[in-house]
Amino acid sequence: MRALYDFNGGVHPPEHKAISTGTPIRQAPVPPRLYVPMSQSLGNAALPCVAVGDTVLKGQKIAEPDGRLSAAVHAPTSGRVVAIAPHAYPHPSGLSELAVVIEPDGRDAWTERRPVADWRVRPAGELLARLAEMGVVGLGGAVFPTHLKAAASALDTLVINGAECEPFISCDDMLMRERAGGIVDGIRVLAHLTQPREVLIGVEDNKPEAIAALRQACAGSGFTVVAVPTKYPSGGAKQLIRILTGKAVPHGTRSTEMGVQCFNVATAYSVGRAIVHGEPVISRIVTLTGDVERPHNVEALLGTPVRFLIEYAGRRAGVDAVLMGGPMMGFALPDEDAGITKASNCLIAKSPAVLPPRPAAMPCIRCGECASACPVELQPMDLYWFAKAKNFGKAQEWHLFDCIECGACSYVCPSQIPLVDYYRYAKGEIWAAEHDKKAADRARARHEFRQFRLERDKSEKTQRLAERAAIKEKELAASLGQPAAPAPRAAEPAVADDDAKKAAIQAAMERAAARKAEKQTGEAAPAGPAPAAALDDAKKAAIQAAMERAAARKAEKPAARDAAQQKDDKER
Amino acid sequence: MSAILTAIALMALIALALGAVLGYASVKFRVEADPLVEKIDAVLPQTQCGQCGHPGCRPYAQAIADGVDDINKCPPGGEDGIRKLAELLGVEYKPFDEGAAQPKPRAVAVIDEANCIGCTLCLQACPVDAILGAAKQMHTIIASECTGCELCIAPCPVDCIAMKPLEPTLKTWKWGEPVIRIHPVEDTRA
Repeated sequence: MRALYDFNGGVHPPEHKAISTGTPIRQAPVPPRLYVPMSQSLGNAALPCVAVGDTVLKGQKIAEPDGRLSAAVHAPTSGRVVAIAPHAYPHPSGLSELAVVIEPDGRDAWTERRPVADWRVRPAGELLARLAEMGVVGLGGAVFPTHLKAAASALDTLVINGAECEPFISCDDMLMRERAGGIVDGIRVLAHLTQPREVLIGVEDNKPEAIAALRQACAGSGFTVVAVPTKYPSGGAKQLIRILTGKAVPHGTRSTEMGVQCFNVATAYSVGRAIVHGEPVISRIVTLTGDVERPHNVEALLGTPVRFLIEYAGRRAGVDAVLMGGPMMGFALPDEDAGITKASNCLIAKSPAVLPPRPAAMPCIRCGECASACPVELQPMDLYWFAKAKNFGKAQEWHLFDCIECGACSYVCPSQIPLVDYYRYAKGEIWAAEHDKKAADRARARHEFRQFRLERDKSEKTQRLAERAAIKEKELAASLGQPAAPAPRAAEPAVADDDAKKAAIQAAMERAAARKAEKQTGEAAPAGPAPAAALDDAKKAAIQAAMERAAARKAEKPAARDAAQQKDDKER
Repeated sequence: MSAILTAIALMALIALALGAVLGYASVKFRVEADPLVEKIDAVLPQTQCGQCGHPGCRPYAQAIADGVDDINKCPPGGEDGIRKLAELLGVEYKPFDEGAAQPKPRAVAVIDEANCIGCTLCLQACPVDAILGAAKQMHTIIASECTGCELCIAPCPVDCIAMKPLEPTLKTWKWGEPVIRIHPVEDTRA
């Protein structure tokens, strides 16, 4: 007998599991139309790679993953693609999501399956790529791509999660009872990939048949099936790791860093199907329970509408909503036309008889029941207080994001406060604020770069113009036959000015000389052509001076134009 | 007497030494920009829309820091923005002025690409370079970078830019605030 550990808190809600375990897993009938949602993983929605009107075969890939956390989607059966359009999606928001609508042809004809029989000798990378190709994601609810998780190697412990702690849900229980061999096949592949020192399969002790079946299937494999005490939420990955290994995964770290990796039994089963049988994830076991005539488990094709499945199980008159997931963590489906996804483990037909409505919330009396029930040792009453006061920063400081939203606090609350609703609200607000902050920072950076770019462009233009002007000056100077002055713009007008001045001085000197001559000649001969000659001389000098001035101005003009242009540029 | 003189001299020396340290520190750890402007700028939504009357968020932050402008001039920041500014600056919350621009739901600009003539006027107007295009080529808006400032709408000569409100997607949807429904109590006395 192994030593087991315990986690703080936890609750024991009525199980209601036996109502759906009486009959074996049945194959759900194929609906007239399958609405296969493209969003089947934690990441982005997959991108359809088929067109409307195409004929697809069972297991044919119909959508490629978009990004690292996205997963491929395959046709659940053979048929014709009749539409690729937004359709109701199983999500609390009620928003539509892109879906490939397939009209089954009834042949259920498989595409070519490529099992990897010799997976034991294949390199890990090839097997991981195959898992990604087959669209294998965590079927426990998080739908995280399995090939990313299985990339961890040299683990201490590989934990296989068969706890299934939430009331009403029995899909993993039935899978373990009936297909233990398939699960063990998958665990062998996972163990081959991750090379753990030990493999522990944790199953709650309220499933003796499943434990017996697994023990029988595990005989000789070296895997250990461990019965863990029934307590909600022992099926949480971190909680089960704590129970089996005693390792508490701290805030902000992943279990891989502590040498532990955890996979759900249904994920292990689909790993086995993908590698050993070459079958992608196209169906899953769904518990149909609650207020229905025939509560049981079915293997349903992905994309089967929820309404169709509930009708198949026999919807009773009082059903007012359908929950997806369990009563603790699930949500009421806004639209029953949504097709099931890889995360749809359980559908509960909800009626007041089965799940009575929650009484009206009363004020918090700070009794502390929630804190003693919290499996992650938070202070739910304080988180509630902060979330209600919209003091989100404080809520974050008190480790709001460690909350796994298991609902144990809401379950024990004597005032019937829907505590988890407040935490979800606070988380959403914080994420939105962080998103806005990032967007604002990006906008600031882009705006600042734009300012910088405009400045740079302007200075570069000014420089370019100056260079061009200098070249022009040089050319002009060369064509005028003058020596290229280092600063022609300043020097040339000066030269022209000098010329004009010289001409003026010369003219003045000539005039003075003429006057002198006049005086002298006046003394000798007062009348005669002498003044006229003097006048002629003065006129000539004036004309010459004017011509020189004009030449100077001509020389000055290009320089002035350049200067003016430069000034314009600067102003611009 | 000499004891007093010694004490005075000692105090003067200490004062000098400390003064030197402070003087050195003020030079060594000099803060170039006004940290208050940075803090205000961090609160502003960086829409760069100019609805506050300043040519961008930073000039508005400067104006607030200088006490030149009020804190209620930023419609994209919303009332939450005013509250944050009031808290940061230690002043009273002040609602948006009557008749002034009011907050609107977040939106992004969308170019009707069939009508775009490729004039590049919107490219020049966009404060965050979120419009892609070239002369006589169709332009388009990078929706993820658009701040919804509406500055590109006015310059468009063919009016082919419209604002499209942001719809929540599966990735951006969030849980609403829990509301406690109040049921009317039936009067059973009659």
